[in-house]
Order: sequence, then C-alpha cells, then structure tokens
Amino acid sequence: MKFRDMSYDDGTHFWGRIWMWGMGIVLLMFPTAICLYFNAWPEASGFLKGLLAIAPMFWAVGTIEVLTYVPMLGAGGSYLGFITGNLTNLKVPCTITALNKVGAKPGTPEGEVVGTIAVAVSSIVTTAIIFIGVLLIVPLTPILDSPALKPAFDQILPALFGGLGVALIGQNLKVSIAPILSMVILFVCVPSLAPSGAIFVPVAAVIAIAAARLMYKKGWLK
Amino acid sequence: MNHEFSVNSPFLFAAAGIILALVMAQAAFFLIRAWRQAKKLGIDTAKLKSVVKSSAIFTIVPAFSILIGVIALSKKLGVPLPWLRLSVIGALTYETAAAEAAAGAVGTSIGDTSTLLTASQFSTIAWVMTLGIMAGVILTPLISRRLLSGVDKLEKRDTRWGEILMSALFMGMISAFLGMIFGKVGEGLTGWIPVFVMLTSMVIMLICAVLIKKFKIKWIEDYALPVSMIGAMALAIPITNVVNAAIG
Repeated sequence: MKFRDMSYDDGTHFWGRIWMWGMGIVLLMFPTAICLYFNAWPEASGFLKGLLAIAPMFWAVGTIEVLTYVPMLGAGGSYLGFITGNLTNLKVPCTITALNKVGAKPGTPEGEVVGTIAVAVSSIVTTAIIFIGVLLIVPLTPILDSPALKPAFDQILPALFGGLGVALIGQNLKVSIAPILSMVILFVCVPSLAPSGAIFVPVAAVIAIAAARLMYKKGWLK
Repeated sequence: MNHEFSVNSPFLFAAAGIILALVMAQAAFFLIRAWRQAKKLGIDTAKLKSVVKSSAIFTIVPAFSILIGVIALSKKLGVPLPWLRLSVIGALTYETAAAEAAAGAVGTSIGDTSTLLTASQFSTIAWVMTLGIMAGVILTPLISRRLLSGVDKLEKRDTRWGEILMSALFMGMISAFLGMIFGKVGEGLTGWIPVFVMLTSMVIMLICAVLIKKFKIKWIEDYALPVSMIGAMALAIPITNVVNAAIG
C-alpha cells in the first residue's frame, strides 16, 4: 500500500509504530553508550536486584496505563504520550482539559486530532521548560529546592486532582459516586495500598463502568 | 574506549541532548500531521489555537514539578541521566522510586551525596531505570490499534452507552487518584494535609466555574485548572505549617 492511499488513522498507526519502536531502540542506546564509552559494565547482582525490585510493579502499572490511557488519548496521542511520559500527572489531564474545552469526545475523528495536538504541545512545552531549567540549574536550584517551597511541591497531585475532579465530577455526577466512594473507603481502610494506587485505576474503572451500566439500563442516565 | 567517568560528563550531556532532539522531532511530526488532518475535518483554526494555548498553559506548573525531580536526583546521579529519564517516558513518581531501588541494589542511596558513584554503579542504575519503564513502549504499538477499534465498535453499536463508558473510564482514573489522597488519614492530622489541599483546589475550581458561568468571564476557562493548582499548592505551605504547629 502506498503512503498516499493510507487513511489518516492507518498512517497514525504506521508512523506511530515506527517512531515508537525506533525511539525504544534509541533509548536503550543511552545505557549502551555509557558501557562502551566509559568501559563500565553493570554489576550483574546489582542489576538483577534493582530490576527485580522495580520491574514487576512498573511493568504492571505500564500495562494498566496502556489499557486505560490509550482510549482517552487516541492513537496519535498515545504513540507520542507513551514516549514523552508523565502521563498521569501531565499528559492525560492536559488532554482531558483540551477535549472539554472544545467539546470533542475521545474516539471521534475530532477527539483524535485534538488529543494528538494537546499531547504534542504539552510534550514540546515540557521538554523546553526542563531544557531551560537544566541550563539554569545552578541559579534555580536554591529557589526550587528551598525547604519553604517543599510543602507546595509535595502536594502537586492533590492540587491537580482536586481541580480536575471538580471539572469531571460536575459533568458526570451520577457516574462518579460509586467509584469515588469505593476508592476513598478502600484507601482509608487499607492505607498500605496507597503507594501502589495506580494499580487500582482499572479496579475503579470497572466499578465505574458496572455502576454506569446498571444506571443506564434503569434509565437513570439519559 | 575508556574515558574518565563523571556523572556530569560532556559525553552524557551530548547523548541526552541528541535523544531529546529526536523526541522533539517526533512531537513536531505528530503535531503537524494532526493539524493538517484537523483542517481537512474542517475544524476552525481559532478552536485549534485555543487547544494549543490551553495545553501550553496547563503544562507549565507540572513541568516545573518535573524539573524539581531532576534537581533532586541530580545531586547523586548528575544532571544528564535524570534530565533524560524525566523528559522521555519517565514520570516523576516512578523515576525517583526506580533510582532509589537501583541505587540501593548497588549498595548506595540517592540521599548519600557524600560518596561519588563509580562508573559501573552508574551504568547499572542507568540500565535498571531504562528497562523499568519499557512496558508502554513495547505494548502501545502492539495493542493500541485493536484496543481502539474495540472501543470504536462498541461506540457505534450504542453511541450513548459508548459516551457513558468513556466518562466512566475517566471517572475510574480520577477516583483511584482521589482515593489515594485519603491514604494517610489514619496517620493523624498530618495525613489530612493532602485532603485539605485537594479541597482547597476544589473550592478554587468552583469559584472559577461560578465566574465563568454566572459572570460570563470567558477568559478564565484556560486558567481555571492551573489557577486552582497553583493556588492550592501555594496554600499547601500555610496549611502544612498550621498542621505542624497544631501537632506541636
């Protein structure tokens, strides 16, 4: 098939895969380059211990993120967002805000392009801010790293999800009740689960979907 | 090759810089394609510009928090590795944990800034941090097409239910994170700090909503979320201080 004949969506998947796997290889070249350039090879025991400590959890969360965020971000947004990262704290809320702003729905052709534009702009702005920050790291460190500001940056997620929560709950009040109540009860009763909270995104989603399905069948959601 | 090792070696800066240039190229590629497609779909330029503007404004505060993550990790790991890891795939929450686990595995810790990392320790940490976050890179290309067409079929069968399903998915994500905020309330008053900050953010957002709806102040729309976020973060400082003072 010629590129010209490809639909926009086919093209997105085609180019998305090339970029994504290509970038995956490029990313692996960074530690490879460290090994070759400095002739410094990883310590086998440390490497295995470190990987075992984080990989099972991170790979589980990564899988959940793909299943949950791909339908929200759309194809183009996902191929880019899963490379540029910071999904939960940045790309996903940013996309939700952009979709809400123009009244586009995820999964529609309009939602697809708006999602891609939001993720792309957010990625470019983030990379640029961090780049400038790294250039200015010497004068910036004492300001951003000061103990007086620490409480503010410790609370970035509650500050983000509070505002975003109001925006989304306002639109889906009935759908939101069951998952929010069950998650608050869960984490209050079993606080040890909170650090691995991302694992519970699909649990909350299933609860939300089941409750919504029931209400939809009963005709409570018009 | 055997060059003298330093966590801030110019070689590492150059390597991180090249990878970040490629990431920017990828973002530009997708942006241009989506923009052209949007024009084909007949979406107005004004609407697209408002998407660009609101996304850029929204990004600023979280980007600064990521920068703080780079600074925190750079004391032990040097600048290039955290810079790369947090700009590409990495997320603030994972990278700090990954770096700590990897540093622990090679017999040191991120907080121990008095000893320098050896080249071999650094190489181990870089490998662990890179392999730890590869799940999304491998899986997204494999399953996203099937996943999206599944969602699409469902939405075509029953449009209204498809919409509700997507809202439920969003609410699921938000609920898990709202729930986590309550994870420390059992620890006493300090554990309530995140809850107070969340409520502050909610109140500011509601005030913005009233200003937009009742007083028709349209321009606030773009700033409502960043304002509630910055406002709540700023108020987190006195909230934390008051709580700590109350406990004595």
